[in-house]
Amino acid sequence: MEFVRVSRRYGSVHAIEELSFRVADGEFFSMLGPSGSGKTTTLRLIAGFEQPSTGSILIHGREAAGVPPYERDVNTVFQDYALFPHMNVADNVAYGLMVKKVARAERLRQAEAMLELVKLGGFGRRRPGELSGGQRQRVALARALINHPRVLLLDEPLGALDLKLREAMQSELKALQRRLGITFIFVTHDQGEALSMSDRVAVFRHGRIEQIDTPRGLYEAPATAFVATFVGTSNVVEGGVAERLLGRAGAFSIRPERIAVSTPEAAPAADAVALDGRVVDIQYLGAHSRFEVEVAGSGRLTALVPSYGAPAAPLPGVGAPARLSWPRAAMHVLDGGEGA
Amino acid sequence: MNAAPAFDSTPPRRGGIGRRLSNLLYRRSGLLLLLLLLPPLAWFGIVYLGSLFALLLQSFYTFNDFTGQIERVLTLDTYVALFSAPAHIDIVLRTLAMAVAVTLACALIGFPIAYFMAFHARGRMKAAMYLAVMLPLWSSYLVRVYAWRLLLAKEGIVAWVCAQLGLGGVLEAVLATPLVGGPTLSSSYLGMFLVFTYVWLPFMILPVQAALERVPGSLLQASADLGARPRQTFAHVVLPLAFPGVVAGSIFTFSLTLGDYIIPGVVGTPGFFIGQMVYVQQGTAGNVPLAAAFSVVPVLLIAAYLALARRLGAFDAL
Repeated sequence: MEFVRVSRRYGSVHAIEELSFRVADGEFFSMLGPSGSGKTTTLRLIAGFEQPSTGSILIHGREAAGVPPYERDVNTVFQDYALFPHMNVADNVAYGLMVKKVARAERLRQAEAMLELVKLGGFGRRRPGELSGGQRQRVALARALINHPRVLLLDEPLGALDLKLREAMQSELKALQRRLGITFIFVTHDQGEALSMSDRVAVFRHGRIEQIDTPRGLYEAPATAFVATFVGTSNVVEGGVAERLLGRAGAFSIRPERIAVSTPEAAPAADAVALDGRVVDIQYLGAHSRFEVEVAGSGRLTALVPSYGAPAAPLPGVGAPARLSWPRAAMHVLDGGEGA
Repeated sequence: MNAAPAFDSTPPRRGGIGRRLSNLLYRRSGLLLLLLLLPPLAWFGIVYLGSLFALLLQSFYTFNDFTGQIERVLTLDTYVALFSAPAHIDIVLRTLAMAVAVTLACALIGFPIAYFMAFHARGRMKAAMYLAVMLPLWSSYLVRVYAWRLLLAKEGIVAWVCAQLGLGGVLEAVLATPLVGGPTLSSSYLGMFLVFTYVWLPFMILPVQAALERVPGSLLQASADLGARPRQTFAHVVLPLAFPGVVAGSIFTFSLTLGDYIIPGVVGTPGFFIGQMVYVQQGTAGNVPLAAAFSVVPVLLIAAYLALARRLGAFDAL
């Protein structure tokens, strides 16, 4: 699957602009971004619900621009599941076979096999309205898989589920993708979801891709301030403070968990840099406490201090002066681009 | 010295009858519901169902041919008379055939319009279409029917346009067709069919449009995504989901045609329709039992029609 300089305009608005990227066969590829960033438009272009204004979309080497959805070898799991309310679950799942005129007995047999795959064996005679959100989501998945697509598109499929169910479905989806060996293209605005499942993630912003990388690459080496703050939380330090610490003009990001908090008397480690500030707020989060520290010249920095195995040194309280320090290697210099 | 309490912890005294009543209704919400529903239920039960029942009862009373009086003696003679006279059967069949034809025509014309309104028209276009569909209902039904008589008359605009286009011969040939034809358009079944279809069309478009409006666009996309060509999507998704709306609309067009007595009188043939028969029997002839029995016929036909629609699965998607 490849995009070559694809743009999609609505009047004068660019939904996506000059987008070029490749997705390898069998890859779990996520498109991550805030709403309006162009990720859903990109998905709809792959599915064929929309056509590019300019550029070319290649699916398995064949030009897909101008090809209607019903002639594409991709299937979609919709955000609202889009199950047919007037059909039972088995007929919903067998729909892709019915329109290909597969005999009824055969298509119902295959539908039942697909329902087994998503752990809904025996639910065939129910109506979609009688199922829970999680079950409907599985039916939508089974329906999209019955045509054995080489690419499966998933449009925020877990968005409507509660937290526990979402986490269970994340690992199930990943296991299913490994088992079937087909390409999954997954749209989400939830960075945790994108990081936990994907082989690679594309971060979208304003109709462009800011960075494509593995989850580890995105987290540890964000290319821009936007990626640094959108993927996980991060402190972005700019201006004079950054220049003093880096020894040159620029900006860097530092993850909250890399910052150690101590009282100003404590001496920093040999290879560490330190900033002094004042504690504004402390939130106890169970495994960690989050310290908000106001540092003159660089605004508020966030540090995560583990609740257990923490240094024996005393921690400052709210309103007290504090020293923040981190290893020089933990600073990640940003390529440029404005903050989020 | 007594210290005044900061808060009065005793519950406020229940004053006045209004307050007590509102407290009572708050505690017993079922009572409130009953009070709120009683007037509309009474209206529905007494005025709607009661009058229908009275009608049914009238149809079993005895009509004395000699005195012209109605005697409150229950009999089935009226129904025997209704179904044994070939002229009466003709009236029922003629009305039924017209109602079926008008319903089919309204569905065929109304569906594409409703489809366009639901899936393609946006903003001002949609408002304009609503207005266009509703606009004819703003003027008097009688005015519109008489206007159509003029349009369809021998010297009317329809005949004139046909003549100008050199289609006068075609119109003659259509009017010469047995059954649908007649001396002029305004005195033929074809003319009557045109007027009925015109007058009841909005009652088909609006329910179908409402049904289509509730079909999410993602269902159509999902269908295409799974490999269905547009024709298949229409047959397997759009039509089944719109069918309850079509049935609702056809109940309007079917029953309104069955009961109408103005249009067959103003435009059309000398042959009677059910509505005219009811009008004549209860008025001029004073035979209320026969008029009532004729009124029961459309009720039975619609009941049969609904049973058929149900068997066809019209209400499965509800």
